[in-house]
Amino acid sequence: MSVAMRDAFGKKLAELGRTMPELVVLDADVSSSTKSAIFGAEFPERFFNVGVAEANMVDIAAGMATAGLRPVVNAFAIFLALKATDQIRNTIAYNNLPVVIAGAYGGLSDSFDGASHQAITDIALMRAIPNMQVIVPSDARQAEMALEYALKQDGPVYIRLNRNPMPDLPASDVIQTVKITEGSDITIAANGITASFATEAAELLAKDGIKAEVFSVPFVKPFTPDALVESVKKTNKMLTVEEHVLFGGFGSTVSEYCMKEGVFCAFDSIGIEDTFTESGPYDTLLAKYGISAEAIADRARALVKKNIK
Amino acid sequence: MDKQVKDLLANPQRKFNAVELDVLAAYFRTVIFDTLHDRGTGHWGGAASVAELTTALYFNRMNIKADDPTWADRDRVILSKGHASMNLYTTLAHRGYFPVEELATFRKLDSRLQGHPCMTETPGVDMSTGALGHGLSIGLGMAMAAKLTDKSYWTYVISGEGCLNEGQTWEAMMSAAKFKPKNFVLMIDYNKVQLDGTEDEIMPLDPLAEKLSSFGWNVAPKMYDGNKSADVLASFEWMDSDDVWPKAVIYDTVKGKGVSFTEGKNTWHGAVIDDESHKKGMEELQADLNRKEAVL
Repeated sequence: MSVAMRDAFGKKLAELGRTMPELVVLDADVSSSTKSAIFGAEFPERFFNVGVAEANMVDIAAGMATAGLRPVVNAFAIFLALKATDQIRNTIAYNNLPVVIAGAYGGLSDSFDGASHQAITDIALMRAIPNMQVIVPSDARQAEMALEYALKQDGPVYIRLNRNPMPDLPASDVIQTVKITEGSDITIAANGITASFATEAAELLAKDGIKAEVFSVPFVKPFTPDALVESVKKTNKMLTVEEHVLFGGFGSTVSEYCMKEGVFCAFDSIGIEDTFTESGPYDTLLAKYGISAEAIADRARALVKKNIK
Repeated sequence: MDKQVKDLLANPQRKFNAVELDVLAAYFRTVIFDTLHDRGTGHWGGAASVAELTTALYFNRMNIKADDPTWADRDRVILSKGHASMNLYTTLAHRGYFPVEELATFRKLDSRLQGHPCMTETPGVDMSTGALGHGLSIGLGMAMAAKLTDKSYWTYVISGEGCLNEGQTWEAMMSAAKFKPKNFVLMIDYNKVQLDGTEDEIMPLDPLAEKLSSFGWNVAPKMYDGNKSADVLASFEWMDSDDVWPKAVIYDTVKGKGVSFTEGKNTWHGAVIDDESHKKGMEELQADLNRKEAVL
């Protein structure tokens, strides 16, 4: 197990703070959870806890960005994406302001707190906003790279982070789609932490003689299709996996692209169906909603048998 | 534009006195009313009520460079009540940010003058607004940034009742009192009329000054007449009178000011100005301008 994304992200904020005097960090009274407090401890004069007021925090950051600062706002993903949607859309994105929106405890990772705290619609919301980039890192290293990338952009970036330590995946030098396993029978495109489950699924599938080509795909927007398209030309099967509802998220992104661009393949997508989730231990909670190595392998087996006409 | 106004505007960057500001604001109202009639769209009521406030800021108070709209040291204005956009555009155009002729393109397709202010389109607009209640938070961020970037610019946020109805404004009230940035002023255009009715009918705000004080703001000890330039200049003196932040000033204003049948009428919040109303209204606005020019 690696360090949790939030720990890596908090440390990276502090590290970048040493060379970026324009970096300012804001939090909405959850800095000990998001780990932005690590930055706050080292740079108290550039750290602002605005209380439980996400909308206000986002607009304060926007004002700071107009004056040459590089703000990173931190709060739980669900509350940033939902309580501050208007501010993210009308102030940050409309004006293309370089604010990094760091959504902590993404997906179901605030597992015990239950549905009220689980972000399952944030990607769809953020992706629909013009000028916004959306990154869902798969592990701690990708979370660090996502932050470095975001702070070099001229406009806003939404980074969805995870609460819990997750397995490290093969590293790359830049934040981009990473091919984890080679295969010729099915392409599995996994967004965020689902990549580790997809990688395990590939091992299960290999036992059945099914060679799965697994990708970790952090970028939802802009979508970078090349590696996936090349793979699916070979496999003719595409399975997407995401920790999000199946409406408007990563699977939607891939299927929209494929239909528009004429990339035809047998397609299936794993994510949360049209339902609210619940409290529970993270792994078993994910499994209940279809995100586990076994569940991914099952769906992959079914898809491999499917022939497109 | 008559000769007196033309002469006044020959040198728009100088510091205007109260009598001159009254003339300019009265003239700007004629431009706003006329343009909104021509375009058949836009918000007259709120644009008319803030005319003296924005005129005094841009023609007396602020440290700005019209030929360098994004100058890092400039004072900033956030028109949080963005529906008064035609007022801001008229003020900016005559201050020299863009050609006055461009006002005729307001809300036309491909125009730089969007329905509500857009900072990426219009020179001189410091922040895009339109959705109510954002301005105070954004202004707070700008004011906090001044300290971090070692600058001394001022940030003025102009809000109306609609902004004060929004919960976010009160989040910003709390946080401004916590961070206390210098040179940060909330200017409330308190015309007491909203879109659907009077403020009392829609969402009573009084005792407003007491509310602001209890949130930790330094509130001006009196309500200034926001439609009298001399009073607005007096409020500026109060802003400079001490070093206690953040500061708020409540201005007693009249929605639809200058046209008798639109004054204090919520129905004139965003109504189209028909030909008959235009004719009558322009006569009244012109008479008001003439009266004010006579004192020059």
